[in-house]
Amino acid sequence: MKYTEEHEWLLDEDGIVTVGITAHAAEQLGDIVFVELPEAGTEVSKDDEVVVIESVKAASDILAPLDGEILEVNEAIIKEPSKVNEDPEGDAWFFKIKPSEPEQMDDYMDEKAYKDFIG
Amino acid sequence: MGELKQTALIDLHLALGGKMVNFAGWEMPVQYPLGVMKEHLHCRAAAGLFDVSHMGQLIVRAGAEALEALMPVDVAALPEGRQRYGFLTNDHGGIIDDLMFTNRGDHYLFIVNAANAEADTKYLRKHLGDAVEPIYDRALLALQGPDAEDVLGTIAPDTSRLRFMDMGTFDTDFGTLWISRSGYTGDDGFEISVKNEHANDLARALLSHEQVEPIGLGARDSLRLEAGLPLHGSDMDAGLNPVEASLSWAIQKVRRKGGARAGGFPGEEQILSALVLGAERCRVGLAPEGRAPMRREVALFTANEGGDQIGVVTSGGFGPSVGAPVSMGIVAQKYSTRGTHLYGEVRGKRLPVSVVPMPFRPATFKR
Repeated sequence: MKYTEEHEWLLDEDGIVTVGITAHAAEQLGDIVFVELPEAGTEVSKDDEVVVIESVKAASDILAPLDGEILEVNEAIIKEPSKVNEDPEGDAWFFKIKPSEPEQMDDYMDEKAYKDFIG
Repeated sequence: MGELKQTALIDLHLALGGKMVNFAGWEMPVQYPLGVMKEHLHCRAAAGLFDVSHMGQLIVRAGAEALEALMPVDVAALPEGRQRYGFLTNDHGGIIDDLMFTNRGDHYLFIVNAANAEADTKYLRKHLGDAVEPIYDRALLALQGPDAEDVLGTIAPDTSRLRFMDMGTFDTDFGTLWISRSGYTGDDGFEISVKNEHANDLARALLSHEQVEPIGLGARDSLRLEAGLPLHGSDMDAGLNPVEASLSWAIQKVRRKGGARAGGFPGEEQILSALVLGAERCRVGLAPEGRAPMRREVALFTANEGGDQIGVVTSGGFGPSVGAPVSMGIVAQKYSTRGTHLYGEVRGKRLPVSVVPMPFRPATFKR
């Protein structure tokens, strides 16, 4: 598992990377009431705004952590945004991406570095 | 947080894990560990305790006539022990602040918005002089929700006799309490003025009941929004008259054209004529048709592309009890009819939204 400074987690399974937000991020955001995901098949570039989440407090953007193609999105969290608070690092993943530049993964933190990052 | 003012309950907020923010110069809990959504739902299902000590409490030793010269509402007919909603207006008819006032026999008790308390005090003193006395030695708690009556009954049994908008004085283990049956949630509940030195013990006694959870300002905002209650500074301000703010209901007939004490308040010309002719814009309830909340400052249009802006969202968010996003806004009069379909521009996209009646959820006052 890799982590971004934007509090996303990335899980690489055979070249397909699942992306979600960390438990720390979900807690900071508060109760999530709305999630907008990209369409499967979309080509994205690193740092594109691909996801919008709204909590009871405010709206936030989630940036694409990698260049690549969105293969699949998690429709379940659109129907039930509260799942993101309940299981952010499990069932409430956001999307799966097939990276075109897999080495971009190397820029991100491992679990220990992320834990240090959030203090 | 440096120079922020603190209420008598600051230590309790910190002990309860309150997430403290600057609200109108006060260090206040925006939420507790339960979180905004669960706090909101708990208050609707059982009871919630709010610290609203940041609001201004003012004793005003003036007669009804002097107060009617400052507010377009019926003060003279308000019986002793009754509370009423009112507002101070400026010379253009705009709302300087909205407030609650109670006839306490030899004086009126005013409760004004925290953000305006200093300005209101100065303004009222300018007109009424020493008759206006801000209260600094009392905290203000709100206990709201369907279980509020039972819980408060353990401390002041006679409070169950209060009806909506009654206020009484009650001698308790926590000193003399001034208690009104009112609030800002759209549910039954009470507001309790208590001496600072008893505020902590009273709050802890109320929280010792399992029905009661502490509620922060986040849920206070979503509760009042669902109840269709406007917030001064967001949904109305000094640039909007009461008719535009859809608060005509609060101006009794006796103060309108043809009434026994018509006019005689600041902005009388604008307000009286707007009451007869209507306003060019007004405050409405807005129900976004999708799941995306439409928050303050979202621009409103009549079409999904092109056209002029015809209104703006003034408050908005997710309504936990409604289970959907809810907003209120100011729109041009001709688009204010319920059922009108409009579009709100969110992140560059125009999303459908309907004009709907408020409250978004029926009130449960004990009238």
